[in-house]
Amino acid sequence: MTNQIPSLYHKKSWRSLFNRPETMTFTLLILALVGASLLSEYFLDVNYILRSFTLTAELSIAALVLTMVIISGEIDLSAAANIALSACIFAYVQASGAPMTLAILTGLFAGLVMGSLNAILVIVYQLPSIIVTIGTLIFYRGLAQVIAGDKSIRVPEWFIGVNTKMVLGVPFPVVIFTATAIILGLVLGTTIYGRQIYQVGTNNTAALHAGIKSNRIKFGLFVLLGVVSSACGIMAASRLGSVRYDLALGGELQMVLMAMLGGTYIFGGRGTILGTFLAAWLLVIVSTGMTVANLLPAIQLTVLGLLLIVAIIATNFIYSRARR
Amino acid sequence: MKPILKFLSGREAGIFVMIILFCTAVGIYKPHFISSNSLRIILLLVPLIMIGAMAQMLVLVARHVDLSMGSMLGFSAMVAGLMYRDMPEIWWPIGFLVAVGTGAVLGLFNGLLVTIFNLPSIIVTLGTLNLYRGLTFIISDARQINRANIPSELKAMSQTSPIFGIPWIILMSFAIALLTFYLVRYTQLGRQIYAIGSNPNAAPLRGINVTKVTLIVFIISGALSGLAGIMYASRWGFVNPSNTGMGFEFQVIAAVVIGGVSINGGVGTVLGTFLGVILLGCVAAALPLLGIPGTTQSAIYGSVILIALLIDRSVRQRATANTKRSRA
Amino acid sequence: MHLPLVSARGISKSFASIEVLSNVDLDLHNGEIHALLGENGAGKSTFAKILAGVHKPTQGVIKLNDSIVEISSPMIAQELGIALIHQEPISFPHLSVAENLVMGQKGNGLLTKVNWTEMVDHARQQMTMLGVEIDVTIPMQGLSIADQQMVEIARAIASDARLIIMDEPTAPLTPREVSTLFGIARRLKEEGRTIIFISHRLEEVRMICDRVTIFRDGERIATNTIDELSDEDVIRLMIGRPLGKYMRKYNADIGKIALSVNKLGLEGAFSDITFNLRKGEIVGVGGLVGAGRTDVARAIFGISPAQKGTIMINERKVNISNPADAIKLGIAYVPEDRAIAGIFSSLSVEHNLTAAIPKKIAPKNIIRRVLETSFSSESIDKLSIRLASPDQPIVELSGGNQQKAILARWLHTDPQILILDEPTRGIDIGVKAEFYDMIGTLAESGRAILLISSELPELLSLCDRILVMSEGQLTADISSHEATQEKIMKAAVPKMAISA
Repeated sequence: MTNQIPSLYHKKSWRSLFNRPETMTFTLLILALVGASLLSEYFLDVNYILRSFTLTAELSIAALVLTMVIISGEIDLSAAANIALSACIFAYVQASGAPMTLAILTGLFAGLVMGSLNAILVIVYQLPSIIVTIGTLIFYRGLAQVIAGDKSIRVPEWFIGVNTKMVLGVPFPVVIFTATAIILGLVLGTTIYGRQIYQVGTNNTAALHAGIKSNRIKFGLFVLLGVVSSACGIMAASRLGSVRYDLALGGELQMVLMAMLGGTYIFGGRGTILGTFLAAWLLVIVSTGMTVANLLPAIQLTVLGLLLIVAIIATNFIYSRARR
Repeated sequence: MKPILKFLSGREAGIFVMIILFCTAVGIYKPHFISSNSLRIILLLVPLIMIGAMAQMLVLVARHVDLSMGSMLGFSAMVAGLMYRDMPEIWWPIGFLVAVGTGAVLGLFNGLLVTIFNLPSIIVTLGTLNLYRGLTFIISDARQINRANIPSELKAMSQTSPIFGIPWIILMSFAIALLTFYLVRYTQLGRQIYAIGSNPNAAPLRGINVTKVTLIVFIISGALSGLAGIMYASRWGFVNPSNTGMGFEFQVIAAVVIGGVSINGGVGTVLGTFLGVILLGCVAAALPLLGIPGTTQSAIYGSVILIALLIDRSVRQRATANTKRSRA
Repeated sequence: MHLPLVSARGISKSFASIEVLSNVDLDLHNGEIHALLGENGAGKSTFAKILAGVHKPTQGVIKLNDSIVEISSPMIAQELGIALIHQEPISFPHLSVAENLVMGQKGNGLLTKVNWTEMVDHARQQMTMLGVEIDVTIPMQGLSIADQQMVEIARAIASDARLIIMDEPTAPLTPREVSTLFGIARRLKEEGRTIIFISHRLEEVRMICDRVTIFRDGERIATNTIDELSDEDVIRLMIGRPLGKYMRKYNADIGKIALSVNKLGLEGAFSDITFNLRKGEIVGVGGLVGAGRTDVARAIFGISPAQKGTIMINERKVNISNPADAIKLGIAYVPEDRAIAGIFSSLSVEHNLTAAIPKKIAPKNIIRRVLETSFSSESIDKLSIRLASPDQPIVELSGGNQQKAILARWLHTDPQILILDEPTRGIDIGVKAEFYDMIGTLAESGRAILLISSELPELLSLCDRILVMSEGQLTADISSHEATQEKIMKAAVPKMAISA
């Protein structure tokens, strides 16, 4: 005998579609697109949107990994500072005459070390990730300032312009972002690691009881975010042609915002890569729209801050309703 | 005798010894570091951080964190600055009221989000950190309030002194520290802040109005950030929408965590926070003397926060080990 | 006859449609010490918590001094003069003892000045009055549990409570501390205050209490003066619940030793635990809450490993330092508290069912939906888990079905040793019978089962052998045909004179 009641089952999946926060993100994205295209016909041009996206591609890519960290029940506010420090280390090494490959490897290695430091403090020393990553955020950004001073370090001409490289008419950073989203989406949605990330984030104690090695999973996520952030830092160096210590300053806001807008639950256990993927596009439309409308960058900051608060209230609301 | 012994065995003594050691070491290397002039430099570096640290201490003790302090400082300073610019004939001390009041309102907004929606304070204040900064640009039209617009009496507060040659703003920051000491030590409110941080679940069972006390803590945080804002205008003679208060919260958190305030709530003293601020001031004053560029400051702040966290943890572990032993 | 201080009529309480207290009438007089006795889950603590405003009764009326009161929160209880002293003291660990005594007292505005000298002097006086030596200026966290309890009691007394409820206050105390506490209790009684004393130690009840009320299965069974009841009477009244209709067909072929535990010890939890568990055997573990049964299970499963002693599986010494090790060795553990350690509440039933078998549903690390669905529908069928869809969040299921899902999760790992910790707690009768059938079948298939249960009929009807723990020690090992409720209870109740 089976205990499934088909009609209820059906209704349920409909209801759950409306209860999914990605639906909210998607609706907002469409609304933003419509609104933006009324504002300026630029927005009907796909290439314009793609080009605009390259400006925040690095933060968006790191935000995808950050989403997984938040789902596992932790948070990392230091990723933007990591982007800056890795970029500075990379630029510094190559400017001092080392071959490009070595410079890139050094940059990536720096990211690995930064991710590991976060992981060690949070997992081995069991300090709360919120405060640890505020500390490392200041520390990494500070080190970047030590390395680069107040000057900018240039990268060689030939290395500049990752954002203008096209793959089938799509800017390279957008391709990377999409590919990362697909890969991470698959990892989170179809592999056992992904499943265990949700389980650890939902109930760490129950995960331990089920034999899931949650410390190992969380450690891996912090390290992955470290390495991916450093790759993003190197990408930013190529896009900008030179790096300063204040690269991606305040980027932690945008990254957390992307995750929250995409419906990631701040207390862990829920969220999807698709949500963050959509939210990244939403943010690009919103901020480009604001630029086109000639709004000051400062006003954009205000809007982002407000959006973060609204997004977290909205996702909390959706999840608390779904729970009932 | 007993309070002295208690002091010697506590965290405060550790910081005190570190201040002495640090200053002696720098003094041996650069003898003119130990002079009344460098004391003055140190003291002039700290008043803003001192005021911010007192507020952040209260917030951390209540098991929250306020990342928006720098933006509240900037916004409040800007409101006061705009008032001075557009109403030059106004009696200058009104600026204090305006800045403190503005900060209190911003703090209230943080507090309402945290208590009504039950949101984590770190995310709320990360949002308002940017929100308030953006609003500062909007109200100022992205323009700086210049030296000429700041009343000279206000600027003079950072120079002139009523007593012992100590400028007004330093005296004021010490007064705030004393007031905070009175608050946490001798009022029900202060003790209830500690109680909430010590055991948030027990607090309502014991008749503590957690929502009200938490709101008050965030309002104090905003109001003191506002006070630091008007003092910024006094100290530096301008208010800039992008620079004023930028990174302030990080310096403040560094000072507070060095001072032994626990990130897990319930623990922290005014004296510890005070000494933490002074230690940070000594380091900041010594760096240029030692030929270390100012660009290292942030890295140093970051690393001291991490080190302080680790020390805090080992202290906590020893404490629980002790309790366990006494239980057995 | 004086008017009773408290008069409760028709008090009932249900949690999620399971009735834990039904139609209880009870009067408490001024100046009496009244014991509440009963097995775990008999309803005595629930009743006490209703008086203290922690729970609201589903039905019933409480009168205090002949006027009807609604005790809707602990704060209101305090205002009415009812104080509950929790088993685990609730305090502010970083604040001083003196402050803990007065924190949150009525009539203090937020800006009221704190007078430390007066507060400390007053606290010292209270400690002297109680006859305990506690430095009132040190933080609460520096105190032993016993001393923390004393502070709680001092607080209750200071608040002029008319009714003081002590929920197993003597459990963490040394004999000397117990006699201090009793001295205080007697003095309070002379002052005309009323004390409810919840304890499992009959000897203590005799020493201090005037009357006792015995609870069983959520009902008040008897109220009497203690002198009129012998120990045998009390135990008979406590356990008088009928044995379930269910009787297991005992497994004829009990096999080799599957699990052997030797002199296991963990500081502060249990010591010197030695027993064997054979294949096909169901060994019950009886005892009262806090006897250390769950701690032993958690040690075997590697959640908080033991410090002393050895564990052998299939006669080979093993080292288990985390649950993953235990699972590899074929151990499964269904924890006592489902919500905390069992379910992933917002995740689907299916994801919950397959949580312990990552390798089976994802042979190459990629989850194969076909495999997963077949595992989950197999267990949904086999254990008749009632649900709307395997995709619905597990938290929407009833408690019994959640518990089935947790058991099913572990059956997928094909465990050789199954530790069940209160598997039928909070489950209605029908589902309970299903559980008993399943447990019996599992044993017949050659699995070794360790069944921790506080329900004596459950132990008696299911187990081949029953171990009893009391205060961290193994106090009895009884085979099923010799076991009776009396024997188990006697071994479980600490420090009771055994009248053979």
